Amino acid sequence: MNGKAAMQALEIQRPHGGLFRFGAGKMDRFVTDLSNMEDGATTPPAGRERLVVIGNGMAGCRAVEELLARDPGRYWITIFGAEPHVNYNRIMLSPVLAGEKAFDDIVINDRAWYDDNGIRLIVSDPVVSIDRANRLVQSRSGRVESYDRLLIATGSDPFIIPVPGHRLDGVISFRDMNDVDRMLTAADKGGDAVVIGGGLLGLEAAHGLTLRGMKVTVLHLMPTLMERQLDEAAGWLLKSALEARGQTILTGADTAEIVGEDHVEGVRLKDGRFIPASLVVMAVGIRPSVALAREAGLAVGRGIQVDDHMVTSDPAILAVGECVEHDGQVYGLVAPLWDMCRALADGLTDSPSGYRGSVTSTKLKVSGIDVFSAGDFSGGEDAQDIVLRDAARGIYKRVVVKEDRIVGAVLYGDTADGAWYFDLLKKGEDIASIRDYLIFGQAFAQGGGATDPKAAVAALSDDAEICGCNGVSKGKVVAAIEGGACTLDAVRACSKASASCGSCTGLVETLLAITLGDEYAGERTVRTMCKCTSFGHDDVRRAIVEKGLKAIPQVMQELHWSTPDGCSSCRPALNYYLLCAWPGEYVDDQQSRFVNERMHANIQKDGTYSVVPRMWGGLTSPKELRAIADVVEKYNAPMVKVTGGQRLDIFGIKKEDLPAVWADLNAAGMVSGHAYGKSLRTVKTCVGSEWCRFGTQDSTGLGVKIERMTWGSWMPHKFKIAVSGCPRNCAEATIKDFGVVCVDSGYELHVGGNGGIKVRATDLLCKVETEEQAMEYCAAFIQLYREEARYLERTAPWIERVGLAHVQQRVVEDAEGRAALADRFRVSQSFSQEDPWAARAAGHESHLHQPLAVAAE
Amino acid sequence: MTQWIDVGAIADIPRQGARTVALGGHDPIAIFRTLDDRIFALVDRCPHKHGPLSQGIVHGHAVSCPLHNWKIALATGEAQDEDKGCTPTIPLRLEADRILIGVNAGLATAA
Ligand code: SRM
Ligand SMILES: Cc1cc2nc3c(=O)[nH]c(=O)nc-3n(C[C@H](O)[C@H](O)[C@H](O)COP(=O)(O)OP(=O)(O)OC[C@H]3O[C@@H](n4cnc5c(N)ncnc54)[C@H](O)[C@@H]3O)c2cc1C
Ligand code: SF4
Ligand code: FES
Repeated sequence: MNGKAAMQALEIQRPHGGLFRFGAGKMDRFVTDLSNMEDGATTPPAGRERLVVIGNGMAGCRAVEELLARDPGRYWITIFGAEPHVNYNRIMLSPVLAGEKAFDDIVINDRAWYDDNGIRLIVSDPVVSIDRANRLVQSRSGRVESYDRLLIATGSDPFIIPVPGHRLDGVISFRDMNDVDRMLTAADKGGDAVVIGGGLLGLEAAHGLTLRGMKVTVLHLMPTLMERQLDEAAGWLLKSALEARGQTILTGADTAEIVGEDHVEGVRLKDGRFIPASLVVMAVGIRPSVALAREAGLAVGRGIQVDDHMVTSDPAILAVGECVEHDGQVYGLVAPLWDMCRALADGLTDSPSGYRGSVTSTKLKVSGIDVFSAGDFSGGEDAQDIVLRDAARGIYKRVVVKEDRIVGAVLYGDTADGAWYFDLLKKGEDIASIRDYLIFGQAFAQGGGATDPKAAVAALSDDAEICGCNGVSKGKVVAAIEGGACTLDAVRACSKASASCGSCTGLVETLLAITLGDEYAGERTVRTMCKCTSFGHDDVRRAIVEKGLKAIPQVMQELHWSTPDGCSSCRPALNYYLLCAWPGEYVDDQQSRFVNERMHANIQKDGTYSVVPRMWGGLTSPKELRAIADVVEKYNAPMVKVTGGQRLDIFGIKKEDLPAVWADLNAAGMVSGHAYGKSLRTVKTCVGSEWCRFGTQDSTGLGVKIERMTWGSWMPHKFKIAVSGCPRNCAEATIKDFGVVCVDSGYELHVGGNGGIKVRATDLLCKVETEEQAMEYCAAFIQLYREEARYLERTAPWIERVGLAHVQQRVVEDAEGRAALADRFRVSQSFSQEDPWAARAAGHESHLHQPLAVAAE
Repeated sequence: MTQWIDVGAIADIPRQGARTVALGGHDPIAIFRTLDDRIFALVDRCPHKHGPLSQGIVHGHAVSCPLHNWKIALATGEAQDEDKGCTPTIPLRLEADRILIGVNAGLATAA
């Protein structure tokens, strides 16, 4: 889904006058306060203390969540946010920029959450001053709120190097959704981008912009990338991997000025080099946002100074998140926030526990490049390195050990054991006994060579972190499962594990399997295409188009496949993606097709085949029936059956006989029914207005026309169509991928239906007036599905994933886009409407139907 | 005693594909050719439910059975990953570009 559209839908209008909304139901009693609120003098319900939170970001909202979990009735909460949004997951801005997520996907708490918990959210209105003496805060719009407790969670400000030109239009930081929107607007125009800063943030920005089609140069001051997280070797591997994806990486590059009149035109380095750019992203670091606290006279060092309970120098004021300094440390990652928020909520509910600082680990969120680092890897006197390199597989691992304890780890290429090393590191576990195997990973070190991933996960301790994005421990995930969450989605919903970047999905699934045993059916979450690659389906498709990749080996080379020629999952998918991207140009790879699509028939359990000729719209004739009857007799087919798709299926044909069977059927004018294909299967019809007393339109005729238009096309999965002559719907159009229900005034078009394993009724796409329109919309819908769905994803799950609104936008609202889609479909059809049987019947590939040799005994 | 039968040329088998050799009275034999031009011979019968392995997708030095997608190692005939079972391998010799398979009493028992 389009990130911007999604965002607008969610954007919260800054309210005037009444200023905020309340939920209905249990919060009704607050509504009586509304009159007071207009002038800002609100009073809390009796017995509640007023808690005002400054900052509607990750830490502020998490603190509130923790508080509500402990004592929901204690505080009357007001949150001020400078941004116009509800609380979202900031770390997921990178996938939004890269096009892997939409804004809706990264919302942590939607508006209903605030309403349901009686939280007053004031957006787009930053607090500008704190009056500690009178316990009041004032916002930019002039609102004044009083507090009993104040929580400052203002996060960080991006650091902008004050070089000449840094204020030019087109110079953007990477911190919030607004920045992402501006980058996307710039990227729409294409051209060159410069990212200043080769740290985590800069590289994720560069990756996103590259995927969005910009030519990106990264300028990094230090000699290696991400030098704070990675050692030299890993930094170098990372650099070459990014260069291989088309980015230019300049290390040791010191920016002298940003050049341009009103808008950015490029960047000049101190050594005189000039790099043209229409967009400059400044990602050189962050500074805790402390201005407000400093002006209020709170103790501020690098951040707002807090004690172990997150209390500042003023006992009524607390602070949490990136804006604080605890024990001399400031943090720039989310993991410490979770710990801080727990301590904070414990303190605010009179059961103080205390925060003791955090050890952090880092992962880079660039799909296909796995990088992990934790702790201290700078080495030093008494530290020893254990290193493993596997150049062919692009793997580099380094574990730094001091006095039999792990003090640091850097993993590149294979980060599966990151959680384990990090767990050992945080616990300060003695590793002397497993030292020899340590570098080979957990399964090896603990199992003495056996590699059972389940055992490895089972061996993780309860407080081992599973989900880094949301700070969820193994114990919590297991508790959620034991509490009844027995699917991945349920675990996501109740523990938030795996709900963000998804890199821990595998771990969560393993925990489901371990905890539920045989009860867990398992589920496929399409993350990476398969074990051969770390790219997801969408990444691969995008790369095929953007890089102009035209053959399977080329895709595998460019995208660093880990196997020489893929596997039976990825090859058919790649074959389809290439076929779809380059119609008429790409030469189908038969060896990458499932046997049915190679043999143009369905393999049966005894190794024989079934043959289904097409019967257009379910219509047939004596001539066709006679030909089928003859084939059944001539080749001794043990069974012929009427299928659920309104045609006849001939069973038990030997592979050797297939070409002759087809020749006979062809002679009667019949072609392949593609009953075997990820392609158009059948167009089911009913009798319609020609005969039926209720029929409103010629459903049979339209079905035949649609089948003539769509047969032979390859799709992500099988595709079924039906046309019913009236809403009695005898052709079952409302469980088809595309269904037409005729009515007096025209044609209702339905999409996304599915019989089969999980029945789903269609969604109504729209209504049209003429047959021509019905055909046009059908072609456009199919093409959209062909271009956007993942291989083996039927229209039903696809539509659930992208949303009906998206499909309607592309096929119904955007008339020009619809015409273009339908055009692309017709172009593709002009190459694919050839009967595969005819070629085989004429002798093509005849050897594939014959044994290589017959050895008599 | 092993009898070596010439069953054809390497070029007769498509890369990443297979052809079969019909053997009266026994399961056919599947001869596989991989991307890197290695040749393997197995009885054309999946250890799971007897699917014709010759019809599967060949990848690396393995084939995925067309019926239920078990992955069989071409060199050993062993099912991979979680699956357990083994398809008999057939002795094989290459002479220049010709493929010879060894047929003997061993095959009879295997098949
Ligand atoms: C022959 C037929 C049953 C019959 O005797 O009527 C049939 C037979 C098979 N179906 Fe079906 N399906 C047949 C109509 C259906 C229908 C009814 C329909 O199309 O109106 C459905 C439910 C509607 C739907 O697809 O939404 C149906 C849902 C399935 C499914 C479940 C799909 C799903 O999304 O859940 C599978 C499994 C799959 O595709 O992965 C399946 C798979 C199969 C396979 C291909 C199993 C296989 O992989 O070998 C069977 C092949 C038999 C063969 O060798 O010919 N068949 N199958 C029907 C052929 C229709 C045709 O003329 O082409
Ligand atoms: C693109 C990107 C990728 C990242 N990736 C990762 C990652 O992979 N892993 C990781 O651990 N961390 C990552 N981070 C860092 C992580 O997002 C931060 O550590 C986290 O968001 C800090 O939470 P916070 O609440 O302290 O600050 P924020 O989430 O920034 O929240 C502060 C909020 O306060 C608002 N605010 C500021 N001043 C005022 C005011 N005066 N009045 C009202 N509101 C105000 C701000 O607008 C903001 O919404 C990433 C950050 C970015 C930008
Ligand atoms: S319902 Fe099952 S058994 Fe029957 S044809 Fe479909 S897949 Fe085969
Ligand atoms: S018969 Fe081969 S996998 Fe079932």
